[in-house]
Amino acid sequence: MNVVGQLAPLAFGLAAIGSGIGVGIIVGKTIESVARQPELQGRLQSLMFLGIALTEALAFIAIAVAFIPFPKP
Amino acid sequence: MGPSIDEFFPGAILFAGTPFEMNRIMLIRVLVVIVLALIFVLGTRNLKIIPTRGQVALEFAYTFVRDSIVIGTLGEKDGKRFLPILMTIFFVTLGMDLTGTIPLLQIAGTSVIGLPLLMSLLAYALFIYAGIKQHGLKYFKNALILPGLNPFMAIFLALLEFLSTFIVRPVTLTLRLLMNMVAGHLLLSLCFLATQFFFFTVLAGGNPLGLLGIGTFAFGIAFTVLELFVAALQAYVITILTAIYLSMAIAEEH
Repeated sequence: MNVVGQLAPLAFGLAAIGSGIGVGIIVGKTIESVARQPELQGRLQSLMFLGIALTEALAFIAIAVAFIPFPKP
Repeated sequence: MGPSIDEFFPGAILFAGTPFEMNRIMLIRVLVVIVLALIFVLGTRNLKIIPTRGQVALEFAYTFVRDSIVIGTLGEKDGKRFLPILMTIFFVTLGMDLTGTIPLLQIAGTSVIGLPLLMSLLAYALFIYAGIKQHGLKYFKNALILPGLNPFMAIFLALLEFLSTFIVRPVTLTLRLLMNMVAGHLLLSLCFLATQFFFFTVLAGGNPLGLLGIGTFAFGIAFTVLELFVAALQAYVITILTAIYLSMAIAEEH
């Protein structure tokens, strides 16, 4: 049986699993910390966005993989 | 015929064949710049103590960016210094994103790579400039080398820090904005093209399955609202990330 198509969307899907879990943990922990110490909200929020930016990077790299011109075998 | 990536590269309209060739998306960008300039010039020309409704809206947007994004991240003194450029990044991104949902325009100015790339290169140049201005060339040493490590680990971590600070940051700023807008546009056009197909091809051909078009139309409306939210969110995210990168560049050495 032959399977024809692109592997790039699959790569993005796999990468999105990891960064999805990561972003979920970051946001959840931030909400927990704000609930414990509401006065730190501003500081925690910017740390949260920094963490999200770093974690999400993996998913964006996976999107870009589809556009890298790999040599055909 | 589904939506495809060709929608982001429409044919030229003005000045075809010259280096200043303009297509639909380029014209939308010019339009957004004109509208933004008009809003800010006309909206701030005649400020009153008792504000009119338009002035309240403008002041709300302005104070939101100033207090909760810029001063919240950079502090009072540095925040005032970088306020104009961060404000520009926020409102240009917001305006360009919103055209993705405005009827008849319906494609975001940021959905082709040029503008997101320009935004992120601006942010990149800005935080390197701020770092060098604050610390001199020691900025690069502060950014790359963590104190108190053995030499092998220091070299390894310096490579890692170089990758994450000077390469991954601008790339992710660009791709985050671009891909959100591209995916949003494809989602919307998929919903509305499916609606058209169900109503005018299937239902008009006498097949009751065409009533599925009601569902796709409802989803199209729902995703339009979602896109409005995403437009505001992306403007917020790119501004706050630029502010955070700036504050890391001008922070005291760690």
